[in-house]
Amino acid sequence: MHLEPFAEGKSFIHSLDPRVKILGLLPFIVTVAVSKNLNTPALALMAGIFLVGLSRLNFSALISRLYVVNLFILLLWLIMPFAVPGRELFSAGPLCATKEGVFYALIITLKANAIFLSTIALIGTVPLFKLTHALHHLGMNEKLSLLFFFCYRYITVLHRDYHALYGAVKARAFTPGNSLRTYKTYGWLIGMLLVKSYEHSQKMYEAMLCRGFCGRFPVLNHFKTEKKDYFFLAAMLSITVFILMFEKSVFTAML
Amino acid sequence: MIKIKNLKFSYPDGRPVFSKLNFEYSQGCRLGFFGRNGSGKTTLLRLIMGLLRPQSGQIEIFAKLRNTEKDFAEVRRRIGYLFQNPDDQLFCPTVREEIAFGPLNLGKKAEEAAETVKETCKILGLDGFEDRITFHLSGGEKRLTALASVISMKPELLLLDEPTNDLDEDKTKTVLDYLRNNTKSFIMVSQELDHLKYAGVNEICRLENSRIVPA
Repeated sequence: MHLEPFAEGKSFIHSLDPRVKILGLLPFIVTVAVSKNLNTPALALMAGIFLVGLSRLNFSALISRLYVVNLFILLLWLIMPFAVPGRELFSAGPLCATKEGVFYALIITLKANAIFLSTIALIGTVPLFKLTHALHHLGMNEKLSLLFFFCYRYITVLHRDYHALYGAVKARAFTPGNSLRTYKTYGWLIGMLLVKSYEHSQKMYEAMLCRGFCGRFPVLNHFKTEKKDYFFLAAMLSITVFILMFEKSVFTAML
Repeated sequence: MIKIKNLKFSYPDGRPVFSKLNFEYSQGCRLGFFGRNGSGKTTLLRLIMGLLRPQSGQIEIFAKLRNTEKDFAEVRRRIGYLFQNPDDQLFCPTVREEIAFGPLNLGKKAEEAAETVKETCKILGLDGFEDRITFHLSGGEKRLTALASVISMKPELLLLDEPTNDLDEDKTKTVLDYLRNNTKSFIMVSQELDHLKYAGVNEICRLENSRIVPA
C-alpha cells in the first residue's frame, strides 16, 4: 500500500521548506473556508489548480482522489437544492429546488475542491516524516508528533496484517454469508489484528529502546529556509490577501 | 493437476517476479522447491491459491482454467496451503477453533469437526493443546497448529512454505514424518535439502530467473 503517491518529485513545490508550506497554506485555507460568496472559492480554486500544476503531480492518481471527494459532493447536489428554503428555481412534484440551495451546493463544491487541491499540492508533496518534523518545529507537542508519525507508519503494517490474515481465511475455503459464523469469524479477525498490533508496538518499542531511543527522533536532514521559501511564503500570503480583498469588493453586490 | 502457462506477474510496486513462467505438476508427485530468497517461491504458491492474480498467462488447476474468485474458491477447498509465517495464518482464539475452522467451511457438522480436531491433534502430537490460546503458543507450536488447521481439511494437495522453519529437532521430525507417511501429493518449499529428502520428495526443482529448472 502506497500512502504517499505525491511525496516524491523534483518540482519547485517539492523543494520548498515544509514549514513554509504549512504557514502559507493555513491562512489560505481558513480564508476559503469562511468565505460567504462565490468569488473567493472560485479564485482559490484557480490558485489550487495553479499550485497543482507547479508541483507536477501524477495526474491519474490525482484524478482518482478528486473522484472520491466529488462523489461525496454529488450527494450534496442531490439534497441541498431541495433542502434550503428560498426563491424557487424549478419544482419536481412535491420537491422544490431553490436558487439559494443551488448557490450553497456550488459554493461547497468550489471550496472543497480548492482546499483539496491546494492541500495535496502543498502538504501531499511532503513525506510524512518531514511533515511531522515540520509540525514539531511549528510548536506541536512532542508526544503528539510521535503519535501522529507512528499512527501513520503503522497503517501500512495493519493493512498488511489484515491482508495476510484474510488470505488465511480465504485459503481455508471460507465464504462469507449472513450467518453468525461469518460475524464471529470477522470478529476474531479484528480481535486478532488488535492483539497483534499491540504486540507489534511493544516489540517495536523494545527494538527502539535497544538502539538508544529516549523519546526523540534523530533527524538526518535539517530544514533550511532559503530565498525561494521566503518568496513562496510572500506569494501565498499575497494571494490570500488578494482573495480576501475580492471577498469584500464590489463584485459581491452582483450576486 | 496444475498447469501454468506463460505466467506474468509483478507486484503493484513494480517489482517483477515472473515474466514467462511455465510449470506443470501432476498428482502423486512429492515436489521439493529450492531457491534463493526472493526468487518467487512464495509468490508461486499464492498464485496457485488465487491469493494473487497474474497480469497475464494461464493457470489450470484440476483440469479447469482458473480466473475468477469463484474458480479459486473451489481450488481452496481442495488444496491446503501452509503459510510461511504461522502468525499470518492463525486468527482464532483457541487451537480447537483454529483446526475446526476449515472443516466447518467445507460444510462438516460440529460433531464431525470436533472428531477431526481430535484426530489431527493426535497425528501432530498436539493432544492437550485444544484449549490453548493460539496467540500464546510458542513459535514451533504455532507452526504445528497452522499445519493442523490445513491438514484437517484433508486436502488433495498440500502446499507447504518452509514448514520446518524455526522448529526444534523433535517438531521437525513430527512434521517430516507426517509428510513422509501420510501424504501422497505435496509441494514443499524449503532451504534445507536434508529436510526435503527426509520428507520423501521424488523431485527437486529450483526457481531461477523466473524459470523452474530441475536441481
